[in-house]
Amino acid sequence: MNVQFDNVTKKFGSQTALNSLSFTLNGPKIVGLLGRNGAGKTTALNMMAGCIFPDNGSIVVNGSSPFAQPNNVCLINESGNFKKDFSIKETLKSASLFYPNWDQKRAEELLDLFHLKKSKKVKSLSKGMESGLGITVGLASYSPVTIFDEPYIGLDAAARSRFYDLLIEEYERQPRLFILSTHLIDEAAKLFEDVFIIHKGALLLHQDVETLRSMSFSITGTKKDVTEYLNGKAPIHRKEFAGRATAYVYGSEWNRHEAELYRLDTDSIPIQELMVHLTDSHTGGKK
Amino acid sequence: MSAKLDDSKPIFIQIAEELESGILDNTFPEGSRVPSTNEFAAHYQINPATAAKGINRLVDEGILFKKRGIGMFVSDGAKEQVAGKRKTQFYETYIVPLINEAAKLDISQEELESMIKKGGHSS
Repeated sequence: MNVQFDNVTKKFGSQTALNSLSFTLNGPKIVGLLGRNGAGKTTALNMMAGCIFPDNGSIVVNGSSPFAQPNNVCLINESGNFKKDFSIKETLKSASLFYPNWDQKRAEELLDLFHLKKSKKVKSLSKGMESGLGITVGLASYSPVTIFDEPYIGLDAAARSRFYDLLIEEYERQPRLFILSTHLIDEAAKLFEDVFIIHKGALLLHQDVETLRSMSFSITGTKKDVTEYLNGKAPIHRKEFAGRATAYVYGSEWNRHEAELYRLDTDSIPIQELMVHLTDSHTGGKK
Repeated sequence: MSAKLDDSKPIFIQIAEELESGILDNTFPEGSRVPSTNEFAAHYQINPATAAKGINRLVDEGILFKKRGIGMFVSDGAKEQVAGKRKTQFYETYIVPLINEAAKLDISQEELESMIKKGGHSS
């Protein structure tokens, strides 16, 4: 189970959505896809599922083109996944015809967990119920590549937590390549083995989470001490308040232990903040 | 086991430390089975590979051993080994920050020593 993008480019009119995007994901793994709004995440995910053609470049999913073999991939979007006039029962039926590894018994168990009745029509579902149906179809598809793009619009904290439990349970039951794109990064970061960040249509980084955490930290001290420690090297973010400065550093050249010996306070940077500052510094954006 | 993990250090290290603390306080006596990768993953909602990395760290150090098909167990002598390891970490984890904070507060070495002699009772 793998996904490979090689120099994939896509324009919508004058807008460049993907700009020579290249990466390889090898499963089984739970991978987080992160990036700002408009970074190209949803376009890339739709290409993996064979829903959007690239202008240039090649895409290989599980050894074949997703445009020839779309049923290798199950993509659940944040909404509009299912025909409005279908009942839930009919929705499951059509999914069972499309996905070769479909597990009807598991699908029905998941429906119960989300308190969904099979007779209900898709158009009568609330946002949260529709998300529950999306999660049900994604997990029960048992597709070698299963993608959730913001799968939990309208789900409350308890239901999201249930989704995380289910994702881990299903991953252990049947290891697959799960790709999860979300803006609730702090909540979901513990689930990821790898994260990849897309910025302005290109790959900004692809790293396993534990390495990423160890490669980044913040240092706090007097302005003078922090400036001395940085020694002319640029942090990804710096802020000052009341005579003290905090700098966020990222990269293998920084050593947290060394910073502590300088009598600076160090702290870890949550993945969410790291993503925000990395995408800021790469736009030359706000200070 | 603590209720949740935090952002202060890599998660696999926190898992390894949870297990070590359990060995130190006899939650996991020598010879007993410790929770599996899947049990850790489900309890903390973390990636199973991350949990495995934490457990394997202790297997590599000989603190845990694997019984194929059954699970992970605490080795003989593990408690002593963990205590020894914690002692060597003690300087970095406690003494270095202690001295740094004392320097910020202009606490002299004599004052620091007398505080240590006073021990863990606040009066």
